[in-house]
Amino acid sequence: MTELIPTVYPVDRPVYRWPAGLKLAGALVMIVGTALAPFAWRAWFVGVAAVLVLLVVAGRLPFRSLLLRLLALSPFVAGVALSAALNPRGSADWRVLALRSGLCLATVLVLAQTTPFSAMLAMLRRVGIPALLVTTLALMHRYLFVLGDESERMRRARASRTFSGDRRLVWWTAATVVGQLFVRAFERAERVYDAMCARGWR
Amino acid sequence: MHLPDGFIDAKTALATGVLAAAGVGLALRQVRIELPPRRVPLLGLAAAFLFAAQLVNFPVIGGTSGHLVGGALVAALLGPAAAIVVVTTVLVVQCFLFADGGVTALGANIFNMGIVTTLSGYAVYLAVARVLPGLRGRVAALAFAGWCSTMLAAAACAGQLAWSAAVPWRVGFSAMAGVHAFIGLGEGAVSALILLAIARTRPDLLQDSPDRAAPPVGRFVGLGLLAGLGLALFVAPFACPWPDGLESVADHLGFARPAAAPFLPALAADYRWPGLASPGVALAVAGAAGVISVFVLAIAFSRLLVPKPTRPAGREPERPAPAPS
Repeated sequence: MTELIPTVYPVDRPVYRWPAGLKLAGALVMIVGTALAPFAWRAWFVGVAAVLVLLVVAGRLPFRSLLLRLLALSPFVAGVALSAALNPRGSADWRVLALRSGLCLATVLVLAQTTPFSAMLAMLRRVGIPALLVTTLALMHRYLFVLGDESERMRRARASRTFSGDRRLVWWTAATVVGQLFVRAFERAERVYDAMCARGWR
Repeated sequence: MHLPDGFIDAKTALATGVLAAAGVGLALRQVRIELPPRRVPLLGLAAAFLFAAQLVNFPVIGGTSGHLVGGALVAALLGPAAAIVVVTTVLVVQCFLFADGGVTALGANIFNMGIVTTLSGYAVYLAVARVLPGLRGRVAALAFAGWCSTMLAAAACAGQLAWSAAVPWRVGFSAMAGVHAFIGLGEGAVSALILLAIARTRPDLLQDSPDRAAPPVGRFVGLGLLAGLGLALFVAPFACPWPDGLESVADHLGFARPAAAPFLPALAADYRWPGLASPGVALAVAGAAGVISVFVLAIAFSRLLVPKPTRPAGREPERPAPAPS
């Protein structure tokens, strides 16, 4: 999980301090344009690629980790592109598909790398997304890493107690861990509610 | 099953976006009505749980491994409306923070995984759990529901790809349905195992999910209609004359082309039962046979896992005492 999370934010670069609304809107324009523009507009695709490269260079974003994440996220793209390449009849050109999704993927990665999630949430709230959904998003983002660590601790505890790994029981043990994770999330939700009330949440 | 950007076109993105927004809006209203304030943080925590649960690997043969998708499981644990909100939250975070699933395809992904899996999973779970009593019945119900919901979501996904002219329906559907028939088995088994694990440690957490009177029928029907409408929109145009409408038209007009080979060899080749004349009937029979055999598998699975209850009236988790209100 850790390798997929932007860890190094370019805090000292101007890119990071640009208003989040601007970055979000810009990214949306780039993504919608790239995903939906007719392929004849070559200039658009070249332009988007140029902007991305510029941002990566100017923001001194970690190029290698961006590339790794781009590759790690592409199996579906590869699968559909492969199926389109094997069955050319009636399919869209697989190179166009791969180019479009690759550019959009890179745009989202750059956006996530330069914009704190809380700023994006504030943006959503201002745009008029229902408060319940924004609260849920904020809480999820807050406890995502907590539960991720919790799951890792349980995995380690289990590994230190199972001396012989019985292959037949692997699924059952993994499911027990997940079930326990739900129980703990449930209990934590109750504590979180108490804490929220104590801080004046309505 | 996360659709990336660039695979669906403007009309599909718009249609799925509208459907997803309407569905999530309805679900949010429903949640606001039925969820006590105490449970509001549970939505966020459940979303974080689902995300963390999806990172737990379940090894399959030969070094490959799968993971939970979880729509049916969350619906069984929290009810359909809350499940829609939870899965939508996970999808939004995956989209913007982890670039998993496209931004223009967000509506399609929310529709497929947030609405179709949760609603169909919950409906199947409820229907089967009503018929088969006890914890055994619930385990079987969730195993079956996990499979059904995965298959429906895969069909919707293939329909959207075909509607966008990215992958033709026959190729897309046979590939998606073929792969997800197996993925769905894993999904059902994993969901059922997790339910069982929760039932063993904290059976009280499960008490109020299936037997709590179904949510106000109106909204559930509304959400169901929405999901049905979307499915019909994306799947039906291709599904009506079963061997691909375009192709049969082409056959009639006399420019029949060499048929595309299905991307993956299916169980009953091309989903047809050998020895039946009409392809439509054959396909329906093959589909029904598949569904029934998965149902039988689910029941066998639950019998294997849950020992026969010795005191049926004793501590059965789904007959709670009248709750003090």
